Amino acid sequence: MTVASDPPLRTAKRPNRLFKNMMAKIASIPMILTALVVFVGGTAWTVVYSFTGSRMLPKTKWVGLDQYERLWDSDRWIISIKNLGIYGGCSMVLTLVLGFCLAACLDRKIRFESAFRTIFLYPFALSFVVTGLAWQWILNPDFGLQSVVRGWGWETFTFNPINDPDTVIFGLLIAGLWQGTGLIMCIMLAGLRGIDDDIWNAAKVDGIGTVKTYVVVIIPMMRPVFITALVLIASGIIKLYDLVVAQTGGGPGLSSEVPAKYVIELMFRAQNLGQGFAASSMMLLSVVIILIPWAYLEFGGRKNG
Amino acid sequence: MKLSTKLLAATAMVSASAASAVELEVTHWWTSGGEAAAVSKFADAWNATGNTWVDGAIAGSGGTARPIIISRIIGGDPMGATQMNHGRQAEELIEAGLLLDLSDVAEAGGWADLVNPSSLLESCTLDGKIYCVPVNIHSAQWIWLSHSAYENAGLSVPTDWYEFAASAGDLQAAGTLPLAMGQQGWQQNIAFGAITLAVAGLDAWKGVNVDKNADVARGAEYTAAFEAVAAARAFAVGSNVQDWNLATNMVITGSAGAQIMGDWAQGEFAVAEQVEGEDYSCLPGLGLNDVLDTGGDAFYFPVNDDPEITAAQKEMAALLISPEAQVSFNLAKGSLPVRGDIDMSTANGCMQKGLEILASGGILPSSDISFSQDTTLQIEDLMAQFWSSDMSAADAQASYANLIENAD
Repeated sequence: MTVASDPPLRTAKRPNRLFKNMMAKIASIPMILTALVVFVGGTAWTVVYSFTGSRMLPKTKWVGLDQYERLWDSDRWIISIKNLGIYGGCSMVLTLVLGFCLAACLDRKIRFESAFRTIFLYPFALSFVVTGLAWQWILNPDFGLQSVVRGWGWETFTFNPINDPDTVIFGLLIAGLWQGTGLIMCIMLAGLRGIDDDIWNAAKVDGIGTVKTYVVVIIPMMRPVFITALVLIASGIIKLYDLVVAQTGGGPGLSSEVPAKYVIELMFRAQNLGQGFAASSMMLLSVVIILIPWAYLEFGGRKNG
Repeated sequence: MKLSTKLLAATAMVSASAASAVELEVTHWWTSGGEAAAVSKFADAWNATGNTWVDGAIAGSGGTARPIIISRIIGGDPMGATQMNHGRQAEELIEAGLLLDLSDVAEAGGWADLVNPSSLLESCTLDGKIYCVPVNIHSAQWIWLSHSAYENAGLSVPTDWYEFAASAGDLQAAGTLPLAMGQQGWQQNIAFGAITLAVAGLDAWKGVNVDKNADVARGAEYTAAFEAVAAARAFAVGSNVQDWNLATNMVITGSAGAQIMGDWAQGEFAVAEQVEGEDYSCLPGLGLNDVLDTGGDAFYFPVNDDPEITAAQKEMAALLISPEAQVSFNLAKGSLPVRGDIDMSTANGCMQKGLEILASGGILPSSDISFSQDTTLQIEDLMAQFWSSDMSAADAQASYANLIENAD
């Protein structure tokens, strides 16, 4: 009897769920429209026009995959991708490691904690343009670090990363880390503060060392914090542009070009929208390739399992 | 005589139609010392007509300013007038009907007879209509030599590129950098253009830059040119400056022997109070070919709904090319005037050399005119790569020929 009477009840409830919180749903319509039109629509438009021969103004002159062929033939694009790979990999690992280590140090109940926290976070308050210019001067061999150390008497000291095509990307990395680590440290610190003291006491009772407790117990517990940090760092890497423009201008030669700069220069300096769109579509594609499996594992996988 | 009365009549006619004072915003990227002084001459002349010049200077070079200007025009927020390099930069804006047709002003002012070389006006013309006012001529094929650097090394100042190349080793031995070079693609491209024009010769240069013939770019003349550029690259090793004026400053102070840069460099020498022939020398065409290209600046006027503004735009167009404005502007800017009928006897030695070449007809189209921005950027990228690496001359030549083959 119960089996027979149950289904009609459920079907009667279903429309109710759609109209539940009616006001909230109406209120979010503008946001939904914005997301659809601006983000999804704009993305679709860009991808569609990447198959055209648009120059300064968008035109529907279809050229098939020509723009993509040119893109992958272009030395500049290949260099940009490689640079992003090196910068991205190093920046991801080092920011997380340094951010966590700094946070762990501050979490050891040291004196002047808030002073240190402020100092470490301060670079984040600066724009990338200021950071880039400042580090351009610091790394300049004639005025910066190299000349200061030589002035102290170490005459053979050589530290000139940004004028050498092979090392310039590490010059950018130094500036990027200097700017970005403080924020990650603060997020990590908040995560650490969220760990109950009882965990620490339990670890102490069990006789587990401090470092081991961090690695084996605390870090796995901070998984959501790490994911937040990861997303922040990754989005910063993909859109890396202003730091390069301010610090090296892509030079020497093309050795510090990055994909976002390729897109901007092709769209506006070369007045070749089609090529710029093709490059930005490739950037989107690479993000999607990484994002979709991850999102599936993170959200979809859990629901099903 | 007939010409000037016609011009006067035209100005009077246009200014009569715009009786009330109008504010026009003028965007440009002339922000260095000499450039700002030059643009103020235009502003003064415009303000003297009772109208108001609203200065919209955009800092940074054309590469920074041009996208801003173009996006404002496309985005429906047009300025009254804007500087651009004439050539193909505004081609699509004209095709889209966003720029004002100045044919009537040009006809009234008799620009077709005035403007010398006439190629300048041609580059403002699309389908028989004139869309811009050329205001000056800049050429890129100059080498600037520091007398003090050569004196310190006990050498005489070279008179052409080959002498310079021969003296480079001695300069280096004396501890002077032979060639100052800013590490930016467009500067390296200028040096490349000047050296190829001098070494490969005029015919080969035209074959590549005007006819876009890739076979010429693969030919023996260009092989020699690329080898000369590779040699120049060796002369510039250790030049760590970025901006062109910092490189010019190395020549001014004598820490570098020479710089290949356009004629705008003489503004820097003037600011440093150096005297041509005593403190520095300039060699157009690197002392080998008496030819100069004729790039330069022009003013464009975006289409506007307000008839009053349109009238004022036409008035300004006539003003910018008037003899008085041309003389005062170009003397301050260090560039050559676009009309051959005015007195430039107060210009300095380097400008006189340029004027002579212009008068004798040693004129080339600028690469701004023959190549699209897209192709220009690709060539600049190749040059940036070539100058900062040890890429061989043969490889660079092959890549360059491919770019020429696909150029538009």
